[in-house]
Amino acid sequence: MAGSGTAHLRPADEVLLQVTDLVVEFPAGKGRTVKAVSGISFDIAPGETLGLVGESGCGKSTTGRALLRLPKPTSGSVVLDGEDLAGLDEKTMRRRRTQLQMIFQDPISSLNPRRMIGDVVAEPLNVWGPKDKDEQWDIVARILDQVGVDPGPARYKRPHEFSGGQCQRISIARALVMEPQLIICDEPVSALDVSIQAQILNLLDDLKAEHGLTLVFIAHDLAVVKNISDRVAVMYLGKMCEISEADQLYAGPAHPYTQLLLGSSPVPDPDVDVNAIEPIEGELPSPISPPSGCRFRTRCPFADEICAAEEPTMRQVGDDHYVACHHPLIEPWVDGRPVEAAVSVGDFETGGAPTV
Amino acid sequence: MDNEIRVGRTPARHVDDGQSLLVVDDLRTHFAVAAGAVRAVDGVSFSLSRGRTLGVVGESGSGKTVLSRSIMGLNTTDNATTTGSVKYAGEELIGKSVKQKKALWGAEMAMVFQDPMTSLNPVVTIGRQLTEHVRYHLDMGKKESEDVAVALLKSVHIPEAEKRLDNYPHQMSGGMRQRVCIAIALACGPRMLFADEPTTALDVTVQHQILNLLAEQQSDRAMAMILVTHDLGVVAGRTDEIMVMYAGKVAEKAPTAKLFSELRHPYTQGLLWSIPKVTQPKHTRLNAIPGRPPNLIDPPSGCKFSPRCAYAQDICRTEEPQLRSIDSADHVFACHFPVGTPEGEAALQSNIEAEYPPALAAIGRLSASEEVVG
Repeated sequence: MAGSGTAHLRPADEVLLQVTDLVVEFPAGKGRTVKAVSGISFDIAPGETLGLVGESGCGKSTTGRALLRLPKPTSGSVVLDGEDLAGLDEKTMRRRRTQLQMIFQDPISSLNPRRMIGDVVAEPLNVWGPKDKDEQWDIVARILDQVGVDPGPARYKRPHEFSGGQCQRISIARALVMEPQLIICDEPVSALDVSIQAQILNLLDDLKAEHGLTLVFIAHDLAVVKNISDRVAVMYLGKMCEISEADQLYAGPAHPYTQLLLGSSPVPDPDVDVNAIEPIEGELPSPISPPSGCRFRTRCPFADEICAAEEPTMRQVGDDHYVACHHPLIEPWVDGRPVEAAVSVGDFETGGAPTV
Repeated sequence: MDNEIRVGRTPARHVDDGQSLLVVDDLRTHFAVAAGAVRAVDGVSFSLSRGRTLGVVGESGSGKTVLSRSIMGLNTTDNATTTGSVKYAGEELIGKSVKQKKALWGAEMAMVFQDPMTSLNPVVTIGRQLTEHVRYHLDMGKKESEDVAVALLKSVHIPEAEKRLDNYPHQMSGGMRQRVCIAIALACGPRMLFADEPTTALDVTVQHQILNLLAEQQSDRAMAMILVTHDLGVVAGRTDEIMVMYAGKVAEKAPTAKLFSELRHPYTQGLLWSIPKVTQPKHTRLNAIPGRPPNLIDPPSGCKFSPRCAYAQDICRTEEPQLRSIDSADHVFACHFPVGTPEGEAALQSNIEAEYPPALAAIGRLSASEEVVG
């Protein structure tokens, strides 16, 4: 897994955002670099929600932040609406960031505790919107109302007077106030209770329909990602494993990592035998010296010599379903068509035999 | 009705067969704050035998964490008052001094906390943290205790255990640290383990590993375990019994399989329906519980869940429901209009007709319920 390649990208005129070969590296001292994101490519059509899933340390948050050039990508291009953000100067980039907003994981610490909600949400307008306070408040009140926060009482309150769920709604309002084209949600519901999480997920879906939003939804919970996403991309150690339309991915994952990840997700059903589920052994290798070839090979049950020698590239395995693996669980297509007869895919019986 | 009992109480007699390791009766923990008393735990009773696992489930602020801390006697702040009875192996714990409780902590009962990043001391080596209470309780020498520490690290599947003794917590990943926390908790061979959201801060893959480890250690050592979590998915396959808490009280308690198949409390239903499931198609409308948990200083009158409940009737707003059972004594719930009973269905139907907002929110999920609860 953990491969590169751009076979899964759609024509540039159909998409809002196209990311190609995005690389983000951080210096780690002593001449070493942390290879947080190592050449991933994806695209998002207007009005689509892309889910980005993976374990901690797989580079999913870094990817989200690099889209806004926080930090600036080491290399690669991020093309929003035909314009390459990576090449813009700081001043133009600042202007463009109004079209790209972010919602963070911890709703309480992402709001300034000393400022009143009315001011927090109006802040982007202070910079880019109407300067008139009444005009600003009209916009802020309308948006607060849409996210389910009563604007009147909230205006002069501070974040500590709200619960985590309410604070997350306020963060969403702050992101919406500039009417952005793209919102990057970095684990927006991980810190919330299941009951509140459901409220926020429903709210995001409603707002998406209302404002025609395009979302990048970053999370580690596969069930949450499926619920909100149109397409899902699975990341591992700075590489993309698999990208697919959401229902298809969950019905038949093609990458061994995706399959193991799906198995680890807890199911609220006592009849599921948790002991029968194969856990993923070990932990994520260090991104300072990632394994050669396929980065997942050290934990992959199917890994062999080719996985160590050669990095897999994206191959099509279904309609809008691509995987970067030498031994995918679904027979890859040839020349954009499925292979006629289902060929036996070797010795994978143990891992849930692939059905083509 | 025989099973009718006092408000907010699970009678210990339901389950107490005289062999229970832990018997909690009418436990209450209140915190005095400027605005009044926060009734964090308000009359909880249950019992637990060796080798059994109890899952405690609820939202933030439902009192589940304070419950386990109260049982262990860790609420030592001046404003906390704990009343009721906690009998551990026949011995009453409420009213014991900190010095007396110290003999129990670690040796008899131990706790694994939520956040492995902060529950280890960052400036003390793993080895010293592991051997600290082995040496205290079991009176071992340095060399001997180090051997124990290595064996413990091996038992929680930490590779190269000998080398790890000199590591500091920051040199390990979150999952590894949680394994160390578990090893510390198990060091003196406690008979009772509290796991307070042990996997909430971890990835799903690591969560799976840690839950497997806890289950393995529990069956090897025949410990009793209380697994506290907000995620019904975590407790589904791993507990014998589940207790759902709301506003400091027991809302429903049942053997795990029964809780999922015949749930009676609308809150349990709400929790279960809030969870997105991988089997549902994308963009499935989730059935969120409207509103949020009540303020525990000034909770609503009657049933504490009534303002958010789709089944609520007038009586729910005035009279607090008592824990009772319908078909079997081990399944108790506190609700006037339980799910799946004629009264409950009638109450829901009348609320839908009256266009009561929480009931309207439930309509969507009712049509999907066959598939979910079936």
